[in-house]
Amino acid sequence: MAASPLLEVRNLTVEFATRRGKVQAVKSIDISVGKGETVAIVGESGSGKSVTSYAVVRILDRAGRVAEGSIGFSGIDLVGASEAQMRDLRGREISMIFQNPRAALNPIRKVGKQIEDVLLQHVQATRATAREKAIAALEKVRIARPQERYDAYPFELSGGMCQRIVIALALACQPQLLIADEPTTGLDVTTQKAVMDLIVELTRERGMSTILITHDLGLAAAYCDKVVVMEKGRVVETAAAAEIFRNPQHPYTRRLMKATPRVGMQLRDLLPDAPPEAMTASRTSVPNLDQGGAPLLIVENLVKEYPRPAAGSLLAKLTGKAEPEKPAFRAVDGIGFSVRRGETLGLVGESGCGKSTTSMMVNRLLDPTAGRIVFDGQDIGSIPARQFALTPLRRRIQMVFQDPTDSLNPRFTAERAILDPVLRMGSLRGRDALRARCEELAGLVGLPVELIDRFPHQLSGGQKARVGIARAIALNPDLVILDEPTAALDVSVQAVVLNLLEELRQRLRMSYIFVSHDLNVVRLLCDRVIVMRSGRIVEEGTAEAVLGAPQADYTRELLTAIPHPPL
Amino acid sequence: MLGLIIARLKTTIPSILGVIIVTFLLTRVLPGDTAAYFAGPAATPQAIAEIRSKLGLDQPLPVQFVSYVTALVKGDLGQSLTTGQPVTADLAQRLPASAELTLFGLLISMAIALPLGVLAAVRQGSWIDHLCRIVATAGVSLPVFFTGLLLVYVFYFILGWAPAPLGRLDAFASEPPRVTGFLLIDSLVARDPETFRAALSQIALPALTLAIFSLAPITRMTRASMLAVLGADFVRTARASGLSTRAVIGTYAFRNAMLPVVTTLGMVFSFLLGANVLVEKVFAWPGVGSYAVEALIASDYAPIQGFVLTMAILYVALNLAIDILYGVIDPRVRLEA
Amino acid sequence: MNDMSKVEPPPLRFEAPPSTSLLAHARHIVSENPVTGLAFGLFALILFAAIFGPLVVPYDPLASNTSSALKPPSAAHWFGTDQLGRDIFSRVIAATRLDFTIAVASVALVFLLGGLAGVAAGFFGGWVDTIIGRVADTIMAFPLFVLAMGIVAALGNSVTNIVIATAIINFPLYARVARAEANVRREAGFVQAARLSGNSEWRLLLTQIVPNIMPIMAVQMSLTMGYAILNAAGLSFIGLGVRPPTPEWGIMVAEGASFIVSGEWWIAFFPGLALMTAVFCFNLLGDGVRDLVDPQRRN
Repeated sequence: MAASPLLEVRNLTVEFATRRGKVQAVKSIDISVGKGETVAIVGESGSGKSVTSYAVVRILDRAGRVAEGSIGFSGIDLVGASEAQMRDLRGREISMIFQNPRAALNPIRKVGKQIEDVLLQHVQATRATAREKAIAALEKVRIARPQERYDAYPFELSGGMCQRIVIALALACQPQLLIADEPTTGLDVTTQKAVMDLIVELTRERGMSTILITHDLGLAAAYCDKVVVMEKGRVVETAAAAEIFRNPQHPYTRRLMKATPRVGMQLRDLLPDAPPEAMTASRTSVPNLDQGGAPLLIVENLVKEYPRPAAGSLLAKLTGKAEPEKPAFRAVDGIGFSVRRGETLGLVGESGCGKSTTSMMVNRLLDPTAGRIVFDGQDIGSIPARQFALTPLRRRIQMVFQDPTDSLNPRFTAERAILDPVLRMGSLRGRDALRARCEELAGLVGLPVELIDRFPHQLSGGQKARVGIARAIALNPDLVILDEPTAALDVSVQAVVLNLLEELRQRLRMSYIFVSHDLNVVRLLCDRVIVMRSGRIVEEGTAEAVLGAPQADYTRELLTAIPHPPL
Repeated sequence: MLGLIIARLKTTIPSILGVIIVTFLLTRVLPGDTAAYFAGPAATPQAIAEIRSKLGLDQPLPVQFVSYVTALVKGDLGQSLTTGQPVTADLAQRLPASAELTLFGLLISMAIALPLGVLAAVRQGSWIDHLCRIVATAGVSLPVFFTGLLLVYVFYFILGWAPAPLGRLDAFASEPPRVTGFLLIDSLVARDPETFRAALSQIALPALTLAIFSLAPITRMTRASMLAVLGADFVRTARASGLSTRAVIGTYAFRNAMLPVVTTLGMVFSFLLGANVLVEKVFAWPGVGSYAVEALIASDYAPIQGFVLTMAILYVALNLAIDILYGVIDPRVRLEA
Repeated sequence: MNDMSKVEPPPLRFEAPPSTSLLAHARHIVSENPVTGLAFGLFALILFAAIFGPLVVPYDPLASNTSSALKPPSAAHWFGTDQLGRDIFSRVIAATRLDFTIAVASVALVFLLGGLAGVAAGFFGGWVDTIIGRVADTIMAFPLFVLAMGIVAALGNSVTNIVIATAIINFPLYARVARAEANVRREAGFVQAARLSGNSEWRLLLTQIVPNIMPIMAVQMSLTMGYAILNAAGLSFIGLGVRPPTPEWGIMVAEGASFIVSGEWWIAFFPGLALMTAVFCFNLLGDGVRDLVDPQRRN
């Protein structure tokens, strides 16, 4: 750090013109990135971390502008540079990769051509050599059969593959600085690891500097030298990655860090002001676990098949020229498990493993193709999903949805939403009694009573999540399915909601099936864990056993893929 | 590509079938007695009965349908009472006039609408954007026959720049030898600049009327889809890679933005083929539209039904062409077929 | 429990209190976009002319007076007179009722039929969807105005049949919008949640799906009103539906068309202008209604 830094952001303020006047998205921040250094900018949604990076490469949208401050890049003033100068720098000296890699590529242009466009623009290749150089760039990001992939369109490639193409595009001209804006959000954890390892390896090899923008403190600390924490447009802390976990200085960093689930933590540890005695009332001493007696739920040999799109038209079928029927796609392929009373069962796996399909069948919104679902001694799998809503069993199995916004009717107030199950299936009647019940439920989930007359668009994400939970527990169900209930929430809100769910389970003596892709969260909340892959169960056991000493290779792969911050 | 065309051809089969069934039903629900209509007002009951059995109207409906389809396959759409000619011959003779007018109008419209929509999106909030919005809102509010009359009043009566709104060629010019049936093309083929000028001056106002009419939807769609594409992630990637403005807007944004515009063309054609009827009436254009209007006034039903069926089949064919064009631009459609 | 809620930051956005009334919101929309205000004003004027028009006009719209035929606009005859000496201003105002009624009736008809069919198709899927989809596709296979011509020619030349034809050609539009909206919401989180709350499928349709589709259908209605008027006027311009001497904008333009070439512009101009203004008003109104019902914009 003796030489002057490659990128020097000083006193930067970015303003956006909105309908309510000017809003400062970034407020006088300082960031410096040295040559070959890897810096993370960490913050929750709305912290201004992405805006900062857009300001650096000057691709802010029309409404935004740099109001104050300077951005220096190896001696060039980026704020004052002409658009032509900037265009020359972008892609050649400073490159960016974005989240949602599939959308980041032109959907109707061959990926090889898109790499060529950049090479030709920056005179890194001639028309004669472009194809060869583009294929070389694909090879560098370890894309198998690059000659073939050159001719592929983005929709023909997987998400992880698309992100490799985006990386190839960004590194094609050997830039000095790479800005990666949430490069792995939305990718599975194993793909995330592969992509991050690739970025780090390629940038180290070329002596490049990297800025990693992420909401994930663990990811930042695992891959970066330095971490910059942003909150509401300000930089609240800048420290070495090793330091930030060991000795966070700013209260916000401390809170954020605490709220990030890690190995060796208890659920209560996530909360900023957990009293010391709460630490002892730990999750592992499951007080309500009813060890004896029959399980609450038994699932046997459950299968869900989806027909493949029919090959050939009606005409082809009539003329007998139809191709032989393709075998149906098995989303869930003969699984069996049980849930005991008072237990939390974790259902984990990467996207497409069948965990959500399984949960939809168990809660009887989806009909299984084969197998039995026995709930408290009754075979509920044989009751068609359309009729299950009218049986008395409906009130005993409830669910909390992944997206709190999508799961609330925009035309119902919070009260109406919470009371919907009571009105349909409960015995309570009378305006006052219902109101009292709603207030009681709001109190249980920590929703301020004055908010229950509001409509969903007038509530924050965390408040909407509470409304969804209150609705699920309104009729004291025996089994609640939690489908990634915190996936759409910031970590600090996630910490609160997870604790709330655990407290409610103990108080109301419910069983949970917790569907998640996040092993660190599963570890905190679950007694037993089932790991799924391609519709089958890979491993099953207590949470400590499966996550502490995994037997299956796939579970081990999942666990090592989680970014481990230095502790 | 061939696979795509075949796949698309198959999807037109139900459309054609639906069109034929609907037009058949329309012929059978004529007000009152169909045979009486075809026999004319002065016919005796005996003559009506004769016509009924001649037309097969005393047969059960499915049998009638089969004979209707058989006649269609032979290209028999009945006789026109007013011209005394087979409807098919009348339509074939007049179709080029309508086609030339519609296509010329669409050409003018696209030549204005595409650049206008793209510029409005690229310079969002500028005067050109405001102009674009005025065009889009005012354009859809203008009744096409009213626009035509206004243009006639201004350019013929007041300014005297345009000839009288009376058909494709004035009385003194002679038609060039028929090659395509399009006077503009045929006169060029015949190397006859005089006739070309005459034909152009006649077609200018009606084509402009149609162009003004179809300007709004195309401009609106171009602007909207261009705006959406300019905000897309892949355009941001292209900008962040330092690609030139021309490459970003031309290669990356424009081609993607054309996809919804091409889809809109289907709707535009639907409007144009309808508006054509009104414009032909205003400008006494000797096309299929004014043929149908004359038949309507004379309560001559066979030409109307022939007209409706021809327009529908033409429209299905145009949609097929649009689908194939879409496949040419979008590899996702092409490769899935 | 209370210590938990402390962690959560207050909502960042300013949230309007739930008591924000539709009226206050409408006032906000109008003040923000004066053009929408203009559209609402024009609409009030059209409504007034449609209801009271025949009572307030200065002349009998049907009375001819050959001594004052083809007079240009003047203080006595604001919009001039036609070839029979009828007062064009009175005829334009009196025609509002007929044109407006045709548009409202056809839009109401297609809203009921198309909306119901579309919602059923989107929500239930299966064979219901297939049949309704086929019907809509078949109608869409025709150029719409041409199909309307064919329908009126076949059903008979009357105002009722113009209403029916206009409704039929708009059917696919309504059915498709309603189908798409119902279909998206069929698997939406809040509908699934309502299933878990013990609602039957029919109840879901009525309490969860339909109320959330209504605003979109309302926008659709005001946008198609303009198209319906244009379509009806176009049909009467070529001599379908309305018969002379009934005052109606389309037929009045048609009557004035032959006088354009000899310079008597006002006979066709003023009814055309009225038609254009009405369509313009409905199109603007559609945008205004969209702003009004969009819950995302109401804060």
